[in-house]
Amino acid sequence: MKLSEKAEEILEALWVAVEEKGRGYLDIDSVGIPADDPSYAELTEKSFIEVKNGCVYLRPEGKSEGRQTIRRHRLAERLMMDILNIRGEDGDRKACQFEHLLNEGVDAKVCTMLNHPTTCPHGKEIPKGDCCIEAERQGDMGVVPLTELKSNQEGEIAYIQTGDSKKMQKLMAMGVLPGNRILLMQTFPSYIFRVGFSEFAIDTQMAREIFVRR
Amino acid sequence: MSWFRKKSRDEGGDGVVVHRKVALVGNPNVGKSVLFNALTGAYVTVSNYPGTSVEVSRGSARLGDEIFEICDTPGMYALLPITEEERVAREILLTEAPDLVVHVLDARNLERMLAMTLQLMEADLPVILVVNIMDEAERMGLVIDIPLLRERLGIPVIGAATARNRGVTEIKEAIGSYDGGRRIPFCYGRRMEQDIAAVAGELKGSYRLSAKALALLLLQRDEEVELLVRKTEGEGAGALESLVKEKIFLRRESFHLDLSLERKDIVHDLLEGVIRLPDKRRETFASRLSRLTVRPLTGVPILFVVLYFGLYQFVGKFGAGTLVDLIETQLFEARFNPWIITVSQRFIPWETIRELFVGEYGVITLGVRYAVGIILPIVATFFIFFSLLEDSGYFPRLALLVDRLFKKIGLTGRAVIPIVLGFGCDTMATMVTRTLETVRERIIATLLLALAIPCSAQLGVILALLSKAPGALPVWSVSLLLIFIFIGFLAARVLPGETPLFYMELPPMRLPQFRNVLTKTYTRMQWYFMEILPLFILASVLLWLGKITGFFVTLIGWMTPVMASIGLPKETAVAFIFGFFRRDYGAAGLYDLQAKGLMSPRQLTVAAVTLTLFVPCIAQFLIMKKERGTSVAVAIGVFVSLFAYGSGWFLNEFLLVTGLLS
Repeated sequence: MKLSEKAEEILEALWVAVEEKGRGYLDIDSVGIPADDPSYAELTEKSFIEVKNGCVYLRPEGKSEGRQTIRRHRLAERLMMDILNIRGEDGDRKACQFEHLLNEGVDAKVCTMLNHPTTCPHGKEIPKGDCCIEAERQGDMGVVPLTELKSNQEGEIAYIQTGDSKKMQKLMAMGVLPGNRILLMQTFPSYIFRVGFSEFAIDTQMAREIFVRR
Repeated sequence: MSWFRKKSRDEGGDGVVVHRKVALVGNPNVGKSVLFNALTGAYVTVSNYPGTSVEVSRGSARLGDEIFEICDTPGMYALLPITEEERVAREILLTEAPDLVVHVLDARNLERMLAMTLQLMEADLPVILVVNIMDEAERMGLVIDIPLLRERLGIPVIGAATARNRGVTEIKEAIGSYDGGRRIPFCYGRRMEQDIAAVAGELKGSYRLSAKALALLLLQRDEEVELLVRKTEGEGAGALESLVKEKIFLRRESFHLDLSLERKDIVHDLLEGVIRLPDKRRETFASRLSRLTVRPLTGVPILFVVLYFGLYQFVGKFGAGTLVDLIETQLFEARFNPWIITVSQRFIPWETIRELFVGEYGVITLGVRYAVGIILPIVATFFIFFSLLEDSGYFPRLALLVDRLFKKIGLTGRAVIPIVLGFGCDTMATMVTRTLETVRERIIATLLLALAIPCSAQLGVILALLSKAPGALPVWSVSLLLIFIFIGFLAARVLPGETPLFYMELPPMRLPQFRNVLTKTYTRMQWYFMEILPLFILASVLLWLGKITGFFVTLIGWMTPVMASIGLPKETAVAFIFGFFRRDYGAAGLYDLQAKGLMSPRQLTVAAVTLTLFVPCIAQFLIMKKERGTSVAVAIGVFVSLFAYGSGWFLNEFLLVTGLLS
């Protein structure tokens, strides 16, 4: 049974308080949802939480569900920022609405599309889903910008994403073509990479536009 | 940097034999200019720095019984031009109709560069392929089967190492005996060929390049080809253009990429069995050194070592110290000048005429003495230093090291060449700014060169001058550094537009060849000397005229309040008037004043800073006008003059208030 949106919000707040901040419980007044709201009953019924003396406790049964809700929330935030380019408060608000749609396998798809991100735009950890664990087990790191590689890591150029067609031509003329092997040699102060027997230096902005499959 | 070249004779007019034309094309830094030199015997500056041939060099070569006109083009990556240099190179193929195109490429990057050979063949150009730099490829363990490649392509293919003079004879023979070859056609995928055929079918006019190549360029939205086709096709142009637009729209997602990938596949098949890679990449000393120069932790200390030994010890101490002392003091002051004065006293009875040659501002005693005695040794040592760095392949590495910092002042790492060259000769450096990508970058670089980069001649004189007043040198250096950063920072914010992206190929590091460095230094010196000597003589004559007519005194009178406002004695006006002709000339003037003990350390520093910032020499101004246009040149000139004066005033007040240097 799918939880209501409000129930998800409560669970999220509680999970963050308990699992990330190490608190034992959450004061019901600080949840932001009135104590007489039916969603508390909904959660209690599933024995995810327990409400005692105005305090909300997370029951062991609720831990996994809490983890999933926070994961969906943070994935939604990443989606807003990385793909839809909606930032700031606007992004946060939209993410709050969006997260509730990310269940029944949609979260795994979004997560794969975002290449299994590990942190949300605010720098908090995104709990791993099954898809992340599976990808990790297979060693499939997906397609990442060159900036994500470490020095001396090698990969295959997957595609070049640039709005500027001249730049793409230049890159291609230099041998940066999908399918070619690329070895990142250095990342600072400029990116240096090797394709074939030639070495090239580019700045960070250009390195962001070369996508590599490891 | 190929403006030092022998003049080619323009033949082809009435009654003159028209020679067959050979164009050398290829990626930057593959050895086209070396080959050009080997073929023609003329000298083009060769360097281990991508994109140095900006101008087209022409020369002639006798191969067998025939004389060929050879032209060396700027580096190009593909038939579709992106940068200015590529446009120049393509223009030659498009309009000059060379009888032969020699494509030079780097054996180590055969796979990448062969795509352009295909494009040249596709355009129906008569192509000879030179697989160059074979020696370095072999050292890396690459084995290339040249005969097989020749067979596959159906055009003459020569393996060479032109820098070692290997394969040059074969290239000459191939040019002399070229018979068109029996080129093997290749095709793209079905859909690509269909699109090409559709467009090519509409091309009715006659062109230098094949319809297939033109169709592809049109599909890649090459504006120049569009223009050319519109002009040639006349009536039919409209229909053709809409067809091209339709095709472009249909393939809007990834035409360039599709094309590149198809070419890559063709090249891959062609090279099957032609190229054998080494099992393991060999780590050479050069690649280890290269890595040290690009890591900030080791690269920055290396930079300082290079600058300390190269600029300070070699140019500053040895060139501006030992050599100047030897030539200027020992040779000119002690022997030559007294001798020439005695001689002229005997042969030239008129006092005024004698003044012109051997007087205070005499053409010989002042003009030639400054040029030969002070400027020449400094500039010569600088050019040796610069050529060594250039040939070693250090500059591209320096460029990537400073790119992040240069971005702050609106430039990319690419600008490091003109800026470093500016320490040798600002005029030359201003010319080289044209290799920068955007107009904005060129203007910023031109401005900084005009304002805050002292040339080697000036630098040498000023170092010698200020080293006699303790503390003056640091004040001068800090002032200039701050001004450089401040103005660069400001210009980057004031000028509209964005800083372009930085990308650069890193050529392998090489041990500079002694002969190459010497020839290069020599040709640069020659250019430099031809440039400055007339100016020095002109300056001497004008100063002499000013002196005998009394205008000079009047001018000094006018300038005295200006000088006084920045705390300088009126005698410095002379140095500033000199400085109008050349900044170093002015600085040398200060040298004389200092020798007479007329200036305090504070005055010396203020004068040196103001003069360094002051109007660039006449030659630089003329080049600025040529490269950037009159309005930009005048604007920079006026700004620089006012800013120099303002900085002088400010520095003087600052030194007076703080009591530094007093």
